[in-house]
Amino acid sequence: MTATARPASTATAAAADKEARPDPRVIRTKGLTKVYGDLVAVDHLDLEVRAGEIFGLLGQNGAGKTTTILMLLGLTQPTSGASRVMGLDPARGPLEVKRRVGYMPDQVGFYGDMTGRENLRYTARLNRIAGDAAETTIDEVLGQVGLADRADSLVDTYSRGMLQRLGIADALVKDPDLLILDEPTTAIDPLGVVEVLDLLRRLAHERGLAILLSSHLLNQVQSVCDRIGIFASGRLIGQGTLQQLADRFGDGAAQLEVGFEVGDAVVQQRGRDLLAAVPGVASVDALADSGHTLATGATPWILTIEPGADPAVVRRAVLAVVAEHALPLRSIRPVVPSLEDIYRRAVAQPLPPRTVAERRPPSAAGTPSAKDRPRPVMRGRPRPHGTAGSRPAAAAAAAATAATAAPSAGAAGTPTAPAASEPDDAPEPVIIKEEGA
Amino acid sequence: MSAAAEAPRRLERGVPRAGWMVVGRKEFGDHLLSARFTVLVVVLGLAAAIPLYFAAAAIRDVASSVTDSQAVFVALFWLAPDVSDGITLPSVVGFMAYVAPLLGLAFAFDAINGERADGTLPRLLSQPIHRDDVVNGKFFAGLAVIGLVLVAVVGAIAAFGLIRLGLVPAPAEVLRIVLWVMVTFIYVSLWLAFGMLLSVVVRRAATSALIGFGVWMLLTVFGGLIVSLLGGVLAPLSGTVEQQLSNNALRETITRLLPDTLYREASLVLLNPQVTTVSTPATIGGYEQASQRIPSLLSLDQSFILIWPQVVGLVAITVALFALAYVQFMRQEVRA
Repeated sequence: MTATARPASTATAAAADKEARPDPRVIRTKGLTKVYGDLVAVDHLDLEVRAGEIFGLLGQNGAGKTTTILMLLGLTQPTSGASRVMGLDPARGPLEVKRRVGYMPDQVGFYGDMTGRENLRYTARLNRIAGDAAETTIDEVLGQVGLADRADSLVDTYSRGMLQRLGIADALVKDPDLLILDEPTTAIDPLGVVEVLDLLRRLAHERGLAILLSSHLLNQVQSVCDRIGIFASGRLIGQGTLQQLADRFGDGAAQLEVGFEVGDAVVQQRGRDLLAAVPGVASVDALADSGHTLATGATPWILTIEPGADPAVVRRAVLAVVAEHALPLRSIRPVVPSLEDIYRRAVAQPLPPRTVAERRPPSAAGTPSAKDRPRPVMRGRPRPHGTAGSRPAAAAAAAATAATAAPSAGAAGTPTAPAASEPDDAPEPVIIKEEGA
Repeated sequence: MSAAAEAPRRLERGVPRAGWMVVGRKEFGDHLLSARFTVLVVVLGLAAAIPLYFAAAAIRDVASSVTDSQAVFVALFWLAPDVSDGITLPSVVGFMAYVAPLLGLAFAFDAINGERADGTLPRLLSQPIHRDDVVNGKFFAGLAVIGLVLVAVVGAIAAFGLIRLGLVPAPAEVLRIVLWVMVTFIYVSLWLAFGMLLSVVVRRAATSALIGFGVWMLLTVFGGLIVSLLGGVLAPLSGTVEQQLSNNALRETITRLLPDTLYREASLVLLNPQVTTVSTPATIGGYEQASQRIPSLLSLDQSFILIWPQVVGLVAITVALFALAYVQFMRQEVRA
């Protein structure tokens, strides 16, 4: 996976949605814990999912993803801690939560001796949707997942991928406000995955549906999720946008990709030498990806920026060198680390000691609210002008828009960290559990 | 793109219906269309038809001598016919006592673990229904199917009797038959509840079917043998007459621990007004009294009073089994 795959910005949809809803957080958990005997399946989880966003739960098998989801649905009682889903407590009133949340379990199954349509009809009845309204909805969701032509075959004849599509349709029948999908794409073929992910994006952006999906398929999470939470041994070790996670878990070495027009090797080599001479550049390497070369026609150079050097300053210096020597610049952009790298580093890190007791005053145990949450240490700096009015994801989106982004972002004098602050007065996102503070 | 325009339109919700009714309706439909339903109706029909045929022949032979009896028609059900010299078939009641448990087990042994195996349980439980709606709905669907099968089979027997014997049952006989069907229904429900318990506790449907089948064999086929073996050790039929009589009473008490015995006793008393007691006398005095009694027919209410304890026993076991299944299900994790 190259670093070029970026989530589309959801800024407009999410911003519009925020105006409509007083509390944009559809999921809030505070100190949510589940213990099975000796095994701590979920350990003091603080999670936030906002309306209109796609949130990816990332983690190995057995990291506590499914247990978390079951607790959010009220299907399993937490050992301690509290959670709110659409402002409701799933542990106490699961019925209303289940009415508004569409859920597709891991290894979803259907009644094999019934057709796909009949299965959905049963779900509709269980949701008290009857008659024409049910039929209309069923037709609609079957069309959305691309199963309209097989709807009247027995489920026994479905492939695994079709079952998962039917699972998504099943979760949509009740017209939910929140969609929880446990491993939604594991058995779908690559082309089907693209369709399903497109569908999820569309649902989130057009209908303001929040989606929580768990997966261990990193590239899918990276391509579709606005924010990501990384799970390891029942604990959420990081939460935020890809860029925020990169800042948190990256190795600190920022990189810049510079591509020149196809030309003779002399021009390329001259460009390389000039780039290497730019102050703050530690090394210049060819991108070791021949497929990339074929696609773009030129080998981009990867500039590794010296630790301590300001990437924005380096970017400006690079542009100055390019202008001065009239190099045939094709593209320039910051390299966003792949989720795979981030994830590998995040999981490899030793877990921080459990500092749970002192962080949680007993009075706050019942009602999670923004006020009594201890303020996390902010890593983000003030927002650069170039990304005004948009959410953190926009920073990454801006980064993808080639060279034009560089001067404006550079003007703010920020390091690679994009803004972590919110456009409104909402509390800061809990990016990380504990900092070195 | 404003949020208001794109806000999800709320679906019109139909008339609120209890979740267990939705589950029950679906399960009921599944049962009726299932292969096991057809198989069971055929098996139960055969089990009733064979003794019925011979019983009808036997009744025709003796009918002339019992014309003053009020209960010729119900004799169809309890008469154990002689097929040929020395070979006696079980009566319709006897066959029912054997086969009815299978009816209950068949509609419940995979109720919950089948959903688990299909991966449909988490999906079902994530719908806006209470957790017990699942187990309640399935139990009631099972009851409905059992009721349907029993009424159909007994109706067929009665129709056969009408044609073959040319006798119209007296109103009291019709009532006896109805009551017997109800007791049979309770007995089958007991096995339904047991099957339900197995389906909750045992992870795999095949295993729970095997366990259910084993318990059925143990209680209905070998139950009598085991009890008489046990009785031989605990209460041997030796010593004085009084000792023998009291030991015999003890044996009967042990036998009544089996639901099978409770059902047979209740059935015989309900269907045969000539049966005036379910226990053999436990003392010599009682024995003498019984032998001096003039044979007479019990009225229906008297018969019913006689087997009231048996009926209560059956109901109690059924409720206890279902309660156990219910509690176990409520405590289980969704993920197995």
